[in-house]
Amino acid sequence: MTKIILNGSEREFNEAPDMPLLWAIRDLAGLNGTKYGCGVGLCGACTVHVNGKAERACQLRLDEVEGAEITTIEGLDPDGNHRVQAAWRDLNVPQCGFCQTGQIMQAVALLDENPKPSDDEILAAMSNNVCRCGCYQRIVDAVRLASTGI
Amino acid sequence: MLKYLEPHSEPVVETLRIAKVSRRGFLGTTGAFALAAYAMPARAFDKYPTGAEGMPHGVVEDPLVFVSIDADGTVTLVAHRSEMGTGSRTSIPMVMADEMEADWNLVKIVQAPGDEPKYGNQDTDGSRSMRHHIQMARKIGGSVRTMLAQAAANEWGVDPATVTVEMHEVKGPAGQSAGFGDLAAAAMALPVPTHEEIAYKSEDQFRYIGKGEVQITDLRDITTGAAVYGGDVMLDGMKFAVVARPPVVGGKAASFDATEALAVPGVESVHEIPYGGLAQKFAPLGGIAVVASNTWAALKGRDALKIEWEAGEHGSYNSDAYMEEMIATSEQPGSLARDQGDLDAAFGDAARTFTRTYTQAHIAHIPMEPPAAIASYTAEGLEIWAPVQSPYTVRNDIAEAMALDPENVRVNVTLLGGGFGRKSKADFVTEAALLSREVGAPVRMQWTREDDVRHSFYHTTSAERIEVSLDAEDNVTGWLHRSVAPSILSTFAPDEGNVLPLEQGMGLNDVPFDIANIRCESGKALAHTRIGWFRAVSNIPHAWAIGSFVGELADELGKDQRTMWLELIGAPRQLDPQNSGLPDNFWNYGEPMAEFPIDTGKMAHVLNVAADGIGYGKDLPEGEGIGLAVHRSFVSYVACAAHVKIVDGRITVPEMHMAIDCGFCANPERVESQIQGAAVMGMSVALHSGITFENGAVVQSNFYDYDVVRSDNYPTVTTHIIPHPFSVHATGVGEPGVPPVAPAIANGLYAATGDRRRSLPMGVNV
Repeated sequence: MTKIILNGSEREFNEAPDMPLLWAIRDLAGLNGTKYGCGVGLCGACTVHVNGKAERACQLRLDEVEGAEITTIEGLDPDGNHRVQAAWRDLNVPQCGFCQTGQIMQAVALLDENPKPSDDEILAAMSNNVCRCGCYQRIVDAVRLASTGI
Repeated sequence: MLKYLEPHSEPVVETLRIAKVSRRGFLGTTGAFALAAYAMPARAFDKYPTGAEGMPHGVVEDPLVFVSIDADGTVTLVAHRSEMGTGSRTSIPMVMADEMEADWNLVKIVQAPGDEPKYGNQDTDGSRSMRHHIQMARKIGGSVRTMLAQAAANEWGVDPATVTVEMHEVKGPAGQSAGFGDLAAAAMALPVPTHEEIAYKSEDQFRYIGKGEVQITDLRDITTGAAVYGGDVMLDGMKFAVVARPPVVGGKAASFDATEALAVPGVESVHEIPYGGLAQKFAPLGGIAVVASNTWAALKGRDALKIEWEAGEHGSYNSDAYMEEMIATSEQPGSLARDQGDLDAAFGDAARTFTRTYTQAHIAHIPMEPPAAIASYTAEGLEIWAPVQSPYTVRNDIAEAMALDPENVRVNVTLLGGGFGRKSKADFVTEAALLSREVGAPVRMQWTREDDVRHSFYHTTSAERIEVSLDAEDNVTGWLHRSVAPSILSTFAPDEGNVLPLEQGMGLNDVPFDIANIRCESGKALAHTRIGWFRAVSNIPHAWAIGSFVGELADELGKDQRTMWLELIGAPRQLDPQNSGLPDNFWNYGEPMAEFPIDTGKMAHVLNVAADGIGYGKDLPEGEGIGLAVHRSFVSYVACAAHVKIVDGRITVPEMHMAIDCGFCANPERVESQIQGAAVMGMSVALHSGITFENGAVVQSNFYDYDVVRSDNYPTVTTHIIPHPFSVHATGVGEPGVPPVAPAIANGLYAATGDRRRSLPMGVNV
């Protein structure tokens, strides 16, 4: 059995301890905002916060996050109005939208750690989150907007 | 950059998706206008024919099918096209709402299931959504507005010409006022007006159309994780499945042992899926399915399967050797796709000739959402939730595959986490449906990224040979383009190695150059994998070859790229298909030539706009250069000017200017986002993405070895949209941005370094 704090509530999983956190979040907890994109930690679609840090949920086994505080997109803000989410809306960032929850979680973790990142720091932090639709220009603009208000 | 207001704070319920216009929306400036009675002459827009009439089930313009108005005034609009990121789920309803004078904040959108007899064609493909539905959307919106006004006039006993409709309110001459909800029941019972009976808005009265100021319909759900994609529906008792598919298309499991798989905790059953192959449309590839209580158990069970695969007839497919064969084929005459003038005489009289050959590897679409679908088979019928581009096709295909009455199959369309052509092919949905029947429970089918890379319907691979004849003054007198590529046709019918007219029409025989003698030929190539269509389809290899060739010819003749392009494009004119040596079956994207001609003036104009935008000709430091390319596809014209810069031995493209002429532009904000996306996808095609085969199996597997452009190397794109009135027909947007990007980058790389690359992908390192 693995116990985690998922979006502020204690949650127990009785399934295999080697199950990636991603599938526990999706299939067992039924929180589908966290996406499967590659399963090997190369695309960022499954990005969640583990004790406040951005991590790839597909790369963490349940037994590796025992007792950890996990935040998914659903738990980011009670009203869904985190300033990063708001910046995403201001700039109409998404196309298909599938990768965007991972992008937002990555951006939030960046800004929590570094509230005023330079453009190079934004690119470095976001470069492992793939967007096949190619929304990068607006993603970077939205991170900058959330950071600086412009 | 466009700016939007914060979403307003009303609670958003599951099905109610209220969008918001931005602070740049000038809601007070659009005047109210009087309506004519049904019978009076009206301010109509001129209707024009499109290829929509030729699509299966055509276009439905019945407002009762697409519009409902609740008593509280909420207007519900049906989105019948699939949303895969192009914005059609926003833009078509937005056109309806505007012509209706509905307040966009009181509009909600519901998605139609697959039902073409009811909704008209739903095949979201070919950059057709706005091109084929902007007239329909205006007609539906105008009909409802007219019916609301007539209902009010009846109630108030006034001349309908004195009734105005403005922003969800209907007003009478003596100060009467009613909301849409008050009149809805009476209005929707009235006869639907004809086109001529509708007083359409003039273009200066548009609130939303042409403004680019509405948020996309699903923006809030996308940013909160509530948006529902293919794998996101949870059903009671649902099982989770993955499939081990034959590595070689047409292969089979000679034997398999599931003992260890069945011992994995959570694994419930193992099933063999019937085998497919080439020429079987979108049928599953077959293989061994593992059904479990969660995805992870299913994946572990699949890993534990012991399978002996038999490769079958395509086990000898090696794409490197195949490429050599295609290049050899391109050295020989092929079947004629165009024969204008006397090419043999041109070559006979030539002072010299200039020849180059370009190649392109297969491409996999890899949408961020790998194929995933949910099926629930019960005694009552089959219900599906899936991210599919053509839900009615899926419904019929699955009904046929499972011997069901299509009436008992319902296909609900989720959001598509990217499509790019992959999700036109619903093999993954059929897998889910077959398994649900087998196990007697709802099944969620999940493809891994490796499954997606290795079992796609691949974009064709090609060899393109272009040869021109030059006279003593270096004028181009003859153009010979031979294209060799396995055809999409091989997915539908036994393969004879011939391409379809529609593949030739995508940039091969529609070349609009002002050259007296033009011959285009297609060489035979037999398919050894499932050939599908990838965003922009055959335009990619054709534009790659032609655009690169123009760059090389410019260099050969000592001209700059812009001059060379403009000389070849020639004076503004429309290509006359009767006098251009084109075959009778010439394919103009399904559109009538008279309405959607090949216009060289538009082509030259977008090239000039992009070149001027980037400052083509300006001095650049060592290791930097600008490349130009322009291409017509999906009856639109797009030019790309790419500024290439070598940084630490790597090709970067810090800046692009893209110019698009897509006729009348309904939603410039989504056009901009499509062009920004096309720039990135075109750059992935140029630098990164190639699928190769060894012994019939795909070599690549995941982002390790099949990479795409990431945010550390994306181009900052300035999009120029050529403005047009409504009378200039709306044309394609989703696809035509892609083709000119790769040749522009290749020409820019050459300008920067002198390094000419002729194979896609060309690699990111110099």
